[in-house]
Amino acid sequence: MIRDIVSSVFLLGGALFCLLGAIGLVRLPDLPARLQAATKPQTLGLLFVLIGTAVRLEFENAATLVLVILFQAVTAPVISQIVARSAYRTGAVDTDLLVIDELTARVAEQDGK
Amino acid sequence: MTIVFGLVLGMLSAAALLTVARLLKGPGTLDRIAALDVFVVIIVAASAVYIAIYRDGSTVPLMAAVALVGFVGSATAARLVERWERHR
Repeated sequence: MIRDIVSSVFLLGGALFCLLGAIGLVRLPDLPARLQAATKPQTLGLLFVLIGTAVRLEFENAATLVLVILFQAVTAPVISQIVARSAYRTGAVDTDLLVIDELTARVAEQDGK
Repeated sequence: MTIVFGLVLGMLSAAALLTVARLLKGPGTLDRIAALDVFVVIIVAASAVYIAIYRDGSTVPLMAAVALVGFVGSATAARLVERWERHR
């Protein structure tokens, strides 16, 4: 009984975070903002859903779920960084909107070599 | 529990639909890559809910595989976009 309640809370919270991330992906105006919505709420949502699932399983299978969330936590920032860097390099990011821009100087320095 | 599972699957379906909307609309290729990555995460979450419904742990390794394949795909596609645009 108590397992069902804990599992329900985590599953609902996780699905809500996934939905929030998707809404952000649709509503936010430009690529860097969308990457925020694509990375953080999704990882948190998946974490909650997997916790909610793990509560309902035996120990061996729940241990494999830890592996899944570990992959997600490691790979989401990497993809976000690669996509953002590609966007910056290809001129898809509007640099006038950035508050701090440390990359322009570095890229100019590297291209000047 | 049935109501909870219905709600969870409904929310995940709505999230998947919104992601597909961004995937179809997205102005640039990189927007689409980001949307596809989110879509893979939602698929993994939905299969986790499936596992929770049937209490059947036999498909757990598949989820890890799908997550990894999604990572490799998105990373490769983003690198390829960068290379294409530079040679243009």
